[in-house]
Amino acid sequence: MFYFRTMTRTLSAPVTVAFDYTRSTGPVLGRFLTGLRDGQVVGGRTSDGSVVVPPPEFDPVTHDPVTEFVDVAPTGTVTSWTWVPEPVAGQPFDRPFAWALVRLDGADAPFLHALDVSSPDQVSTGMRVQVRWAEERIGAITDIACFEPEDGGDGGFETVASATSSTTDTEVEVRGAPATSPDTTVPVTGVVTPVSLDYLYAASPEESAFYRGLNEGRIVGQRCPTCQKVYVPPRSACPADGTPTAEEVEVSQTGTITTFCIVNVPFLGQKIVPPYVSAYVLLDGADIAVLHLILGVDAAEVRMGMRVRAVWKPREEWTYSLENIDHFEPTGDPDADFDTYRHHL
Amino acid sequence: MAKQPAAVVGVGQTHHRAKREDVSMAGLCREAIDRALLDANLTLDDIDAIVVGKAPDLFEGVMMPELFLADALGAAGKPLLRVHTAGSVGGSTAIVAASLVQAGVHRRVLTVAFEKQSESNAMWALSVPLPFNMPVHAGAGGYFAPHVRSYIRRSGAPNHVGAIVAAKDRQNALKNPYAHLKNPDTTVESVLASQMLWDPIRYDETCPSSDGACALVIVDEDTAAASPNPAWIHGTVMRSEATTAAERDQVNPQASRDAAAALWKQAGITNPVEEIDAAEIYVPFSWFEPMWLESLGFAEANGGGWRLTESGATAMDGRLPVNCSGGVLSSNPIGASGMLRFGEAALQVRGAAGEHQVDGARRALGHAYGGGSQFFAMWVVGSEKPSN
Ligand SMILES: [Zn+2]
Repeated sequence: MFYFRTMTRTLSAPVTVAFDYTRSTGPVLGRFLTGLRDGQVVGGRTSDGSVVVPPPEFDPVTHDPVTEFVDVAPTGTVTSWTWVPEPVAGQPFDRPFAWALVRLDGADAPFLHALDVSSPDQVSTGMRVQVRWAEERIGAITDIACFEPEDGGDGGFETVASATSSTTDTEVEVRGAPATSPDTTVPVTGVVTPVSLDYLYAASPEESAFYRGLNEGRIVGQRCPTCQKVYVPPRSACPADGTPTAEEVEVSQTGTITTFCIVNVPFLGQKIVPPYVSAYVLLDGADIAVLHLILGVDAAEVRMGMRVRAVWKPREEWTYSLENIDHFEPTGDPDADFDTYRHHL
Repeated sequence: MAKQPAAVVGVGQTHHRAKREDVSMAGLCREAIDRALLDANLTLDDIDAIVVGKAPDLFEGVMMPELFLADALGAAGKPLLRVHTAGSVGGSTAIVAASLVQAGVHRRVLTVAFEKQSESNAMWALSVPLPFNMPVHAGAGGYFAPHVRSYIRRSGAPNHVGAIVAAKDRQNALKNPYAHLKNPDTTVESVLASQMLWDPIRYDETCPSSDGACALVIVDEDTAAASPNPAWIHGTVMRSEATTAAERDQVNPQASRDAAAALWKQAGITNPVEEIDAAEIYVPFSWFEPMWLESLGFAEANGGGWRLTESGATAMDGRLPVNCSGGVLSSNPIGASGMLRFGEAALQVRGAAGEHQVDGARRALGHAYGGGSQFFAMWVVGSEKPSN
């Protein structure tokens, strides 16, 4: 998908960068998460005698590891709060709720979590609340589904039938024990924390001119007015002198492989099936090489200095991308002399 | 005003492993910090400021380490800075810490760099496809392999030089109790027989993925007086350049050559190969040993480097021992790898490198590079207080 901005003549496209990072908890946070899985909130005692939830890994005064753990009650008192009128993706609820700082009974420091009430009128500093446990506990902070107003004390296990189904699908997985039936004899040592960033990638005006050229089957660079080098793609600031490249220069679709590697290794997110040749191609008329794919020749036959030409995808597949060129293939001409490209290595 | 003398009096590192699932990031950092403080005979309460470095954010999905680590690093009530220069970050973080002492701003600075590669996938993080572009990127190996090929062509190096480096560093690692890879059977032949990953780079010519951290305690002259073996800082240099530019030398980058020239001048060194007793050079792919030997001025460009390596000069018992610790090829917690080079150089001139000690090392180089060979950080440390 591409957006073409007629006002600025720049191209942009959405990008999602997503990965499931794993986190080793270490012994202290692991103890806390193991407690949650087993339905017990665990705090840590710091050197001044305070009980803090979650337990800090290191004492704030002595800096020693925190080693004394204290079970605290699933009930407590709101010490401060804020209202969330429009929840965003990944928050505990898809309906309005409060974030509350709750000092659990037996703890000395407040603990942040969601408080499930339907309007800000129903929350106040000093109010009594209790933990609502998630239906299925896996050793993650989401094992506490939320806090809810204290109801006189049945332990707070799933007093609202819809609690789990109303939460959004924040994924938290746990390492060490299967999520479906937690093995309560195995301590929690890790969690999986998916991260997903969505943003709009915007090409510069100079790059956009290059990508528009590709949409017309042309490779259009720009010459730097200061150093006279032809950049493909063109640049908003020449790396040598900071000048924006300006004068359009259509370069040849034939060039020289300066150097290359043969990728034999598969990896996560890879778009091309290995083995493949990834090569720097110095197009005739350009002063910088572009990185592209070499096909039409056995990988073992590819050489530095080999002359290659662009092979375009069928026109109906063209977008505004360097991928319009499917690959480069040998022209069959004699190799370029080393001196013609040695300054491009 | 001249710089104030500064010295490394504490070096700490973790046992580097593929997965350190026994500790959190905070715990990993503290393992290195506690060792460095013990070495320095100081406590966190004695520290005036803390400087932290880590690898690029996508590598482990941590955007603001200074924020979530402040407690564990004992930073409450103190300045806490974060440094960020891609793979060279461990080196530049140490240099920022040193500069705080050299500038007279602080007397005792703690610096730490870390990475838990097991919590992410660096290959993925380095290869996220960008719109409009050709998705041919293939991690760090895919990026550097063409430049290694260029070096081989420019220098006429024989095929086996990369394998010599890999075999040497893996053997050196056997003498380092903290090293990740412990492969006693690695030989030049076994390296050459290993799988070609990013032709011309073979599997055994690449660094591992490691979890690990390194910490240094850098102090002023008065504090260093209490240390039996301070490593005095004789020179520090950082240089950067653009990732891509027309006719940019990607084998022997200008920024690298400029940094080295400035470093030797600062340290009063005119003939590095004679005057440096041990070098810890950032070599994530084996061919970068000869490449950086040339760029750093230890050997002539376009061939002197591989000849020096091939001659055995860079072995533990050679004229210029390089990466006696086993180097990046044996332990690579990326965010910490540069600081490990700086710390290992300090251990050498302090006579504290244990089994991989070079006898009588008086001056040593610590070196790091990052990005597309575009960030350079290096220092020279010595057993004697610098005269300049
Ligand atoms: Zn220019």
